[in-house]
Amino acid sequence: MAEDGSERPAVMATVPGVTERYFTRWYKPDAKGNPCEDHCILQHSNRICVITLADAHPLLQKGKAIERISYQISANCSRLQNKVSGKSKRGAQFLTELAPLCRIFCSDGEEYTIYSCIRGRLIEVNESILDNPSLLQQKPYSEGYIAVVLPKFEESKSVTQGLLTRKEYEEVLSKRFNCTL
Amino acid sequence: MIELAEKDKSIAQMLLNFGACPRCIFRFCRVELQALYRRPYKELLCELHTFLQSNNNESPCEMAQPPCKRIRLESTKEDTEEQTPNGSHQPTNAEKDGAAEENLRPAVCNVCLGILQELCETDFVKAVCQKINSSEYQFSSFVFSVSFPPQLSVREHAAWLLVKEEMRKQDLLVEKDDLVQLKEAYKWIIHPLFLEELGVPADGKSLFEVSVVFAHPETDEDCHFLAVACRSCFKPAKNKQSVFTRMAVVKALELIDDDDFHKNFQCPPSSPKTPCTAVDIQCTNGAIFVAGRYNKYSRTLPQTPWIIDGERKMESSVEELISEHLMATFKADSFNFSSSGREDVDVRTLGNGRPFAIELVNPRRVHLAADEMKALQQTINNSSDKVQVRDLQIVTREAIGHMKEGEEGKTKSYSALIWTEKEIQKEDIAILDSMKELKLDQKTPLRVLHRRPLAVRVRVIHTMHSEYIDEHHFRLHLKTQAGTYIKEFVHGDFGRTKPNMGSLLGMTADILELDVESVDVDWPPALDNE
Ligand SMILES: [Zn+2]
Repeated sequence: MAEDGSERPAVMATVPGVTERYFTRWYKPDAKGNPCEDHCILQHSNRICVITLADAHPLLQKGKAIERISYQISANCSRLQNKVSGKSKRGAQFLTELAPLCRIFCSDGEEYTIYSCIRGRLIEVNESILDNPSLLQQKPYSEGYIAVVLPKFEESKSVTQGLLTRKEYEEVLSKRFNCTL
Repeated sequence: MIELAEKDKSIAQMLLNFGACPRCIFRFCRVELQALYRRPYKELLCELHTFLQSNNNESPCEMAQPPCKRIRLESTKEDTEEQTPNGSHQPTNAEKDGAAEENLRPAVCNVCLGILQELCETDFVKAVCQKINSSEYQFSSFVFSVSFPPQLSVREHAAWLLVKEEMRKQDLLVEKDDLVQLKEAYKWIIHPLFLEELGVPADGKSLFEVSVVFAHPETDEDCHFLAVACRSCFKPAKNKQSVFTRMAVVKALELIDDDDFHKNFQCPPSSPKTPCTAVDIQCTNGAIFVAGRYNKYSRTLPQTPWIIDGERKMESSVEELISEHLMATFKADSFNFSSSGREDVDVRTLGNGRPFAIELVNPRRVHLAADEMKALQQTINNSSDKVQVRDLQIVTREAIGHMKEGEEGKTKSYSALIWTEKEIQKEDIAILDSMKELKLDQKTPLRVLHRRPLAVRVRVIHTMHSEYIDEHHFRLHLKTQAGTYIKEFVHGDFGRTKPNMGSLLGMTADILELDVESVDVDWPPALDNE
């Protein structure tokens, strides 16, 4: 077995990044009917889902400045209070497709709500974006994720039924682009 | 000669009337002389009659011929008042039996149902040994375990109640536990016979177990009245065929009062037509453990079979490539693989390899000479270039603990091939070499989060050493605390491991290859094979 660098060239050919290697991308365009507020759901082969913004979301467009992010989604519900314990993740808040995860306030006065888009239990929210909101815009598909959601085992296939594949999403984007022309 | 005292006479006679065999009579008279039980059945019968008739002038040899059933009839006629406490005895049953048939075989004992008669004799032992010898087992001693049908306890109890009453008359204080237990007497007789047939001694600590299960369907219903009398003892259990387990019956017999027992169980019970039969004879060898270290040279080989939703994801596994040869050599029924940690399917394990141990369940072979073991190791190594093993050896069950103990405190060395998004110079990665005892906060990686609790664990990277390859690649050698997730340290896992390679270098990084260079566990001991 060669243990020197001689096998390098093969593996160094363009390797897909972590996200592409292990996750399937799903899209929810116009979340809750709000035009262009697209979400992306990264589903790991182990059924864990990571909720992120999608490319076309207004927050990722040029010139948007985020002022504040809040996981307080109502007077008596904060996603920061979510605590899970044990392998079975006891105590998790249960989310439906339209459950809000957080609200994002921009310096131009706009306010956006990010939704779960899938049914499942809330495992964690990304607290790093509270201190550093620009992560959301710089690395939306990695360190700028919003939350981690675990669908029920028996629903791990069906939770993504209402979502679009990457190809379908690209079609939506090109149609949208053509309309605005 | 037969070790019965004058005071035992009335009890012996009473048991004979009950339909007990000589050995059961000795048991109830608390005779503990093992040699006596081993003597031929006919001799015992003859001498018992001599003893009981010793006031008469009849010749003992004449008495030896008739089976005890006939004797019982005769004595029943003589002392009817004494032998039927509940007046239920029906001698007519026995009278109907043909006398010719009785002469061929002794009547089946009404207490042990033949266990201390033909079922402890050479022919039976020979039949069991034939089964043992045909099964290829390697053993140097044996432990014999036997299971009797539960109704034997009921019959034993019935006989005991009679004896107890008689003892009370004689002002003797004897407990049921003082009797010689059926199982004990059975082993006294049968162990020497096994020694003779198998050539190895019985040993309670032996790992080779011969187990025999006796049944007696004819009298299965003997127990049934107990379910009504002691309902609480008979709870249906999921995995039991019948509620009448031996344990439940024994417990019920402890609880039931003597009057209730007499009301429900005919005493003496009707004589059985046939003795017990051995319905199951099993041999099992205790598990043995084979340990070693393995190298894994493939990035498409999982450690254990990778099966999702019943579907196999990858051909073969480390576990299978090693175990199939052990299974064939030791002829075991099954195996259990364990190891000091595990690597991902795409990770190689190089260096001295990873310690592992395989439990072989019910092996036919239990010993392997050093050169045979070496040959076995060679066979494994010749069969696949994906896995190689070394230091293959038989170990004790206790020693397996060394492999698992202090796994957390151990260090592991890795080599990782890393890609960087931005172009790098040698100087850019040199900072890594100066970092010592770097503490990481690692959230449970997303890739295992579905089956492990969410937690933040602190892990330490003791040292790092980088080797520059080109402007987008370098190799990193790491020495880390066991339990550190290396892949997550490199790519950051959505920023969930902090710091990570990206944050240390100020650029996105990814891991292309990972090898385990060493697992620092000093077990199993190295063998000088080379
Ligand atoms: Zn008997």
